[in-house]
Amino acid sequence: MITEKKITCIVCPIGCKILVKTDGTQFEIVEGNKCKKGIEYAKNEALDPRRMLTTSALINGGEWPLISVKSSKPVPKEKIFPILKEIKKNAVDAPINSGQTIIKNVANTSIDIVATKSVKKL
Amino acid sequence: MINYDVDVAVIGGGPAGLAAAVSAREHGAKNVVILDRNSWLGGILPQCIHDGFGVEETGTSMTGPEYAEKYIEMAKKHGIDVMKGTMVLQFNKKLEITAVNKKGLHKIRAKSIVLAMGCREKTRWNVMIPGNRSSGIYTAGVAQAFINLYNIIPGKNVVILGSGDVGLIMARRLKFEGANVLGVVEILPYASGLPRNVVQCLDDYDIPLFLNYTVTCIDGKERLEQVTIAQVDDKMNIIPGTEKKIKCDALLLSLGLVPENELASDVGIEIDTVTGGPIVNQYLETTLAGVFACGNCLQVYDTVDVLSADAKNAGKNAAKNLTIQKEDKKISAKIVPGKGVRYVVPQRLSECERVHLTLRVEKPQESSMLRVIAGDKELLKKRLPWVNPANMIEIDVNIPSDTIAFMQSLEVTLDDH
Repeated sequence: MITEKKITCIVCPIGCKILVKTDGTQFEIVEGNKCKKGIEYAKNEALDPRRMLTTSALINGGEWPLISVKSSKPVPKEKIFPILKEIKKNAVDAPINSGQTIIKNVANTSIDIVATKSVKKL
Repeated sequence: MINYDVDVAVIGGGPAGLAAAVSAREHGAKNVVILDRNSWLGGILPQCIHDGFGVEETGTSMTGPEYAEKYIEMAKKHGIDVMKGTMVLQFNKKLEITAVNKKGLHKIRAKSIVLAMGCREKTRWNVMIPGNRSSGIYTAGVAQAFINLYNIIPGKNVVILGSGDVGLIMARRLKFEGANVLGVVEILPYASGLPRNVVQCLDDYDIPLFLNYTVTCIDGKERLEQVTIAQVDDKMNIIPGTEKKIKCDALLLSLGLVPENELASDVGIEIDTVTGGPIVNQYLETTLAGVFACGNCLQVYDTVDVLSADAKNAGKNAAKNLTIQKEDKKISAKIVPGKGVRYVVPQRLSECERVHLTLRVEKPQESSMLRVIAGDKELLKKRLPWVNPANMIEIDVNIPSDTIAFMQSLEVTLDDH
C-alpha cells in the first residue's frame, strides 16, 4: 500500500516539510525539499527511521541510584520501546565505567547498551 | 579563616568553568582553582543524558555525562585544584573571594577571576500563572534531575509549558519512563527549541504542541489536578472562549533561563539588562578589571560546543592578565544591537582588531542582511538564508585601526535587504 508521509527535515535549521510517497520499500519525493540533502534524509526517514537511544538503568551499590546509558548505534524507531523494556528489567552492579557495555545484543537488534557515565561503588 | 593565593579562581565547575580552567592552565597560569557548590563537577551535564553534545567541537555526538567526563579528565591532568561543596559568598574589588564549605570559611586571593556560575530556570512566579499553589509544579531542569539522577518520576500525566529544548527533551524522557505527556504549550507562534528536538521528541511520539497557547490557571487542592490552557492573539492577550481544561498531576515549566550574577552585581560589575550577563569587552573581561565571564552566566548559549569555545577564551585571557602590564585602555567603544538584533556579546570594544561577535535576532526571518556598521562605514555585510532567535549567530569582523569606531559605537543590524 502506498501512503503519503510528511517529513520535517532536520539536516539544517530551515526544517523543510517534505511530502513523500512510500510503500515501505519504494520511495518518491512529492514536494517540499529545498536542497539535495533533504532527499537522503527523507528517504531514510521513510524507509528505515533510526534514533540514538539514551536512557538510564538501575545500578546497585553505587554512589548514584542510576547510570546513564546509550545505544552503541542508532536503533530502528519501532524497537525503542522493546529496548527500553529490556533495560528496565535488570539492574547492574557498581562500579561501572563510562564506555562499558551493560547489555549485549539488546532486544535482538545486534546493538549494545553502553554506559555513558562512571559510577563508583559506595 | 583559611587563606590561599591563586593565579586564577574559577567560580563554577560546569562546562564553562572546566573549559576556562583548563585553558588558563594551558596559557601559563600555575595555580588554578575551581570552586563549586555541588558535590560533583560538570554542572548540569550529568543530568543531560541525551546525546548531541560536542558535535561541532569534536565531530562526535556525546551525551552530557560523557562530555563532562572528558573535561574533568583534562582538569585532573592539568593539576587544577577543585573545591567541591564550596559556596562562594562574595568577592571584592581587590579580587579576594570569600567562600564557605564544611572545613570553614576561606579567603582566596586571586590575580584573575573567571565567572562561570551558569544560570537558573525561570519559575511560575516569573510569568505569574494564576491559581492554586499545589504540589506537582516543577521547572523542567528540576524534573530532569529527579528522573535522570535520583530515579524519581515527577508525575504520571504531565503538561509542559514552554517549548525550549529542555522542555522538549523532557517530553520524550517522560514518555520513555511511562508517563503520559498530554501536550507542550507554547505562547509563541513557533517552537523555541531546535527543529531536531521538535521532530525527535514530540512528533516521534505524537505529543501535541499547542502553539499560541499558554497556561491560564492551575487547579489542585494539595496535588495538581488540572491546568487550563487558552489561545493568545498576536499581542499575546488571551482570547476568551478558547480555554481548555487538561487533567494532569504534574506541570513542567520550560520558560527559559536567567543568568546567575548576584556575585557580579554585588561587587558593582555592570550587567546587560537584555542578556542578564555581565557587560564584557572582546576579551570577555567585565567592567571590573581582572574579572572575566563565560558560559551561561554571560549569556544563555544554544550548544555546549560554542559555550566551551568562548569559555576557553575567557580562561586564556584570565591567564594572560597575569603577565600583561595593564595600560589605560585607549578605547572603549560600545557594540550595540540595532534594528532586528536583540543583543550582541561582547558589548564593548577595547582594541581595534579581529573580533568575535555572538548575537541573537528579534524574530525568525528568511533571507536577511546582517551588517556591522561604524558610523557611516560598513565593516561587514553578510547575507543569511534564515535566522531564528533560537539559533545564536557567530561572526568574526575585522575592525581596522583607522575606523572612526573610537569615537562612537559599532552597530549590528539585520535588514530585509
